[in-house]
Amino acid sequence: MRFLEQDLISLDAEAKDAEEAIRLAGRLLVNGGTADNRYVEAMVAAYREKGPYFVLAPHIALPHAKAEDGVNEASVSFVRLRRPVPFGHAHNDPVELVFALGSSSSADHIALLRKLTTLLNDPANVQAMKEAATAGDIEALLAKA
Amino acid sequence: MKVLCVCGLGQGTSLILRMNVENVLKEMGVQADVEHTDVSTASSMPADYIVTSNELAQTLQGHSAQIVIVNNYFDLNEIKEKLKAVL
Repeated sequence: MRFLEQDLISLDAEAKDAEEAIRLAGRLLVNGGTADNRYVEAMVAAYREKGPYFVLAPHIALPHAKAEDGVNEASVSFVRLRRPVPFGHAHNDPVELVFALGSSSSADHIALLRKLTTLLNDPANVQAMKEAATAGDIEALLAKA
Repeated sequence: MKVLCVCGLGQGTSLILRMNVENVLKEMGVQADVEHTDVSTASSMPADYIVTSNELAQTLQGHSAQIVIVNNYFDLNEIKEKLKAVL
């Protein structure tokens, strides 16, 4: 299980739209070896088919697809966009923080979601993720949380 | 009392919602059977309440359950207020 490790984090990335933002976060999983390219395309396809329901909170999106779409290891990556982009969500646009979830059918999947929920339930942590200067700052935040 | 937490795929966001709905119900002292699933399975599952996003709520309008819309899945106060309003 890999949760927001430094190589899975990209701060102040540029994306022109929602699909590019999803692909940026997905590519971190691919580069980290936890998911295949087809998983990234499955996340984009899920967005096209089912809409932006995964924009779970103001400015926060959690794109994901199914475990069988090409995940090697349960994982979460994080992209912070330099310029937030609209995903088409009525309440929570525009999206600045994108967490790509590499779904898995293992117990790790639930453990990861619990870690992410605990982190994002605290507004102070969300603010800290918006303000972090480096991936190392986020690692330090996670060590405290 | 049965509560369904619903998302598009039934694997990620509905599970997050379920964790927080369970937290809130526990805090409120409400006993409930909370499950999570995807939107197409939910339409044929019996439930008293369905908690979901505004986007998916429209798809579930024909369901006999009372639908509770949550905008911020990480805001325990919002979840609590919305549940209090219907329970």
